[in-house]
Amino acid sequence: MAHRVLIPTALRPFTRMQAAVEVEGPSLGELLQALVRAYPELRPHLYADDGRLRSYVNVYVNEDDFRALQREETPLAPGDVVSLVPAIAGGMR
Amino acid sequence: MKERREGAAENTHGTGISPRDRLPELTPQDMQRYSRHLLLPEVGVEGQRRLRASSVLLVGTGGLGAPLGLYLAAAGVGRIGLVDFDVVDFTNLQRQVTYGTLDVGRRKLDAARERLHALNPEIQIDSHETRLDSSNALAILRDYDVIVDGTDNFPTRYLVNDACVLLDKPNVYGSIFRFEGQASVFWAARGPCYRCLYEEPPPPDLVPSCAEGGVLGVLPGIIGCIQAAETLKLLLGIGEPLVGRLLLFDALGMRWREMRLRKNPQCALCGESPTIRTLIDYEQFCGVRTAEAVPAATLATITPAELDRRRSSGDDIFVLDVREPTEWQICHIAGAILIPLTQLEQRTSEVPRDRDVVVHCKAGARSAKAIRLLQQQGYTRLRNLEGGILAWVDAVDPTLSRY
Repeated sequence: MAHRVLIPTALRPFTRMQAAVEVEGPSLGELLQALVRAYPELRPHLYADDGRLRSYVNVYVNEDDFRALQREETPLAPGDVVSLVPAIAGGMR
Repeated sequence: MKERREGAAENTHGTGISPRDRLPELTPQDMQRYSRHLLLPEVGVEGQRRLRASSVLLVGTGGLGAPLGLYLAAAGVGRIGLVDFDVVDFTNLQRQVTYGTLDVGRRKLDAARERLHALNPEIQIDSHETRLDSSNALAILRDYDVIVDGTDNFPTRYLVNDACVLLDKPNVYGSIFRFEGQASVFWAARGPCYRCLYEEPPPPDLVPSCAEGGVLGVLPGIIGCIQAAETLKLLLGIGEPLVGRLLLFDALGMRWREMRLRKNPQCALCGESPTIRTLIDYEQFCGVRTAEAVPAATLATITPAELDRRRSSGDDIFVLDVREPTEWQICHIAGAILIPLTQLEQRTSEVPRDRDVVVHCKAGARSAKAIRLLQQQGYTRLRNLEGGILAWVDAVDPTLSRY
C-alpha cells in the first residue's frame, strides 16, 4: 500500500525535485526506510549515523507529530499522508 | 458549540495580555484613525485603548518585520521596539517593503522609525541597535508584552525562544524558505515552545540562507501578516491563538496546512524537569562558531587579485564554481567551470587532479565545504577563493553583478 510523502523545498534536491513521492510501508518506520532506499541522498538528512531520526526534521502523519503517535511503530492506514517538516530559519534580513 | 481541537488554546474576550488599567483616552482624531477597529465588537474603544497601552518587540526589521511593523503601527500598538543592527541593502528592496530605494545605505532602524512614524506619529518607537545575544536579550525583551521572532538564523531563534520561556512571554514565530513559510505562537505557559518542536538546530553546513537559497519576495509579507494578526489577537485577547498549532504555507501549491504541536514533557527548557534555566551560548549550541573557525585554519586560500594575476601570467588554473545555476546566470568568472556543490560528489571525475584548482562560491562557505569533499577524494592542489565571487567583483571585475 503506497502512501503519499510530502517533500519540503529544502529536501527536494534529494528527491529529484519532486514535491511528493509515493512510498510503500505498513508502518511509518518501514515507509521512511523505503523512502531513503528509493532516494539514498535523503538518508543523511533524515537519519543520524546512529540510525535515529534527526531532531531538526519533523515527521507528521496527517496532522500529528509522529512523536505524539507511536513513533516509527505508527501503523499507516490507507490515505494517510506523511509530511517531512524541517526547521527553517529565514526571515528578517 | 463548535468542536474544539485538542490542544488548541482559547482566548475569551477581555483576557488579552495588554494592560487593562489606566488606559489612555482616545482623542477625536484617534476615533477617526481607528474607526474600522472601533466598529468591531471584538475590539471596540476599550480594545483600541488597550492596543495603545501595549508594547511589542520585533526582533529584526527585514522581510517579516516589514509587514509586521507597518500593520502594528497602523493598528495603533502604542510602543513598538525594533532590534536590528543592519544597513539597508539593494538586495533587501525586493521584499522589505518598509524601505525605499533612497534608504539604501541607511541604518535600518533609522529608516524604519521614520517610515512607521510617517504612518502613525502617535506611537512610540524604541530602537535597539544591537545584535541580540545572551548578555542583553533578557533586559531588552523584559519590557514588552509580546515578542515577535522572524530572525534569519538559528542561534537567534533559539535565543529568542529561550528568553521568552524564561520571561514567560508569548513568542510569535514566523519563518520562511524559498516558497514556504511556517508560523506559530510559542508560549510555554499555555503550550509548546520552539524547542518542543525542534530540540536541536540542523548543522550549519546544511542550512541554506535566504542569501543562498532565495525567497519569493511576497512570502515574508504573507507570513509577517499572519504574525501581525496573531500579535493583535494576543494583545486583545480575542479568537484562538496559534498556540499548539504549526501553520505551513506553500506558495507554489498555494496551500495552507496545519499541524498539531504538543508540549514535550522532556523539553530541556519548558518540560517537567528542565535543564536549561538560563540563557546559553547560542552560537556554540548551533555549531556556528566551530564551522567558521575550521576552514580558516585548514584550507589554503587565494585572494581574487592573486588569482587574477596568476591567470593573466598564463598559469593553468582550473576555476571551479560550486554555486547553483541560477547564481551562475547572474554572474560568473570567465573560464570557470560550474559544478554545483549539490552535484559535486557525483561529478568529481570532471575535476582534474594534475592542475591547481581554485574553488569558489558566493562568499566562501560552500567552496570550503567543496574543498573538504575533494580532499576526502585525494585532491591536494586546492585553494579556496577568499570572499567568493563577491570579493572577485569588488577586487577584479566590477562589471559583474553583485547579488
